[in-house]
Amino acid sequence: MKVIPEEFYYTKDHEWALVDENIVTVGITTYAQESLGEVVYVEIPEAGSKVVQNQTFGVVESVKAVSDLYAPVSGTLIEVNEHLMDNPGPVNDSPMEDGWLIRIEMDNEKELMELMKAPDYRKIIDKK
Amino acid sequence: MSEVKKTPLAGEHEAAGARMVDFAGWYLPIQYTNLKEEHLNVRSNIGLFDVSHMGEVFFRGENALKSLQHMTTNDVSKLKEGKAQYSLILNEEGGVVDDIIIYCLKENQEYMVCVNAANSDKDFAWFEKYNQGAELKNESSDWAQIAVQGKKSPELLDQIFSESVKDLASFSFSVEAFTSENCIIARTGYTGEDGYEIFCPNSVAVDLWRKLLEKGADFGVMPIGLGARDTLRTEMKYSLYGHEITDETNPFEASLGWVVKPAKGDFVGKDAAVSLKEAGLKRKLIGFTIEDRGIARDNYKVFSADGQEIGYVTSGTQSPSLAKAIGIAYVSLGFENIGQEIFVDIRGRKAKAVVTKTPFVDPKGA
Repeated sequence: MKVIPEEFYYTKDHEWALVDENIVTVGITTYAQESLGEVVYVEIPEAGSKVVQNQTFGVVESVKAVSDLYAPVSGTLIEVNEHLMDNPGPVNDSPMEDGWLIRIEMDNEKELMELMKAPDYRKIIDKK
Repeated sequence: MSEVKKTPLAGEHEAAGARMVDFAGWYLPIQYTNLKEEHLNVRSNIGLFDVSHMGEVFFRGENALKSLQHMTTNDVSKLKEGKAQYSLILNEEGGVVDDIIIYCLKENQEYMVCVNAANSDKDFAWFEKYNQGAELKNESSDWAQIAVQGKKSPELLDQIFSESVKDLASFSFSVEAFTSENCIIARTGYTGEDGYEIFCPNSVAVDLWRKLLEKGADFGVMPIGLGARDTLRTEMKYSLYGHEITDETNPFEASLGWVVKPAKGDFVGKDAAVSLKEAGLKRKLIGFTIEDRGIARDNYKVFSADGQEIGYVTSGTQSPSLAKAIGIAYVSLGFENIGQEIFVDIRGRKAKAVVTKTPFVDPKGA
């Protein structure tokens, strides 16, 4: 049984989103980092960039694979986890905390309705 | 495609918790614990690889040598008993059908050819088509193959097999008993490290694998997945079929001209190969290191500083040994010199790279 914290939203592409008022912190799930293996490269846009729900905003790469990152909501990046550029280790070691990728100032709260909560995300993972 | 095939060691990999994938129609471990750890362990200690998916085709009888000479590019008549030879099979246009290793079990009479798993059926059909009277047998499903790679491999094999194994020269092999069965132990490999590739009958594969792990514990042995096998060979710029060499690439541009021996007599693809060589190279396979951020992957396009498309990436990865992004690419002639600046298109961004001396790492000099 995987740990899938209740307070997060999830996407079918294995990103998580943690909402605090209109700020959404985004990362990849434990399941995603385990499937990917050791992440050696993170490419995310600069703060100030716009992202659009369900569109790619960057990539994480393991030694062998490239994996696209999808924005869970639309908005403006107010902060990116720049430490990951030099040391992507936290994406594997602490994917749901220190390995966060971006913080989005959300344009439209209603987009959260399209995301999954933990029980639905668990169903996806259990099928794998 | 038929059902995915399992090697005799599939249960061992599963029990060890390896992540299994379908590779060329085979159920194989991509990674046991951590690709980087596995990779570095081969460079510093020893790694065990299940490469049972590789194909084994036997050429026997009085026409065995004649047939192999006719179908492969290297000079098989030079091959003595107990020696192995890297070679190529070419199509009529001089493109590469496969790269192979030929093992001489008995001069003029018995040879084993090790072929790529993905090409096994294609190669066998090809052998049958061009056969000059050899008794051909595809024994791929009878044989397992375990690669033992790393500088401590000779010490490990010394614990299991006779002393002569330690003294085998590169590209030599001996036939050694393990329990009730004979194995072919060759001083060959695909990592750049010292080591062996052991062909054993399926029936003893599990016992041999367990014995290697047990005796290897003192030498820091680890089982290694296909992921690290690929990064290890990329660091050495060893060709992988489907990437550096394909039906559309010729041996000379892939720097494999040294195994093409037109002087030995006629062979399939010879005329085309000779013309290609005389016509001169149009492109060349080079190694490169990325200086900007990013990792090149196969089929990414390569550009010159002035924006002209000059080639494509055949393999690319983050090098675990160097902690840098490295790759292999075909580039137009004129861009192949060490130090040449090139640009790799990584998702629309042109990342600066530099043509680098290969192999990228020098295990034996380190």
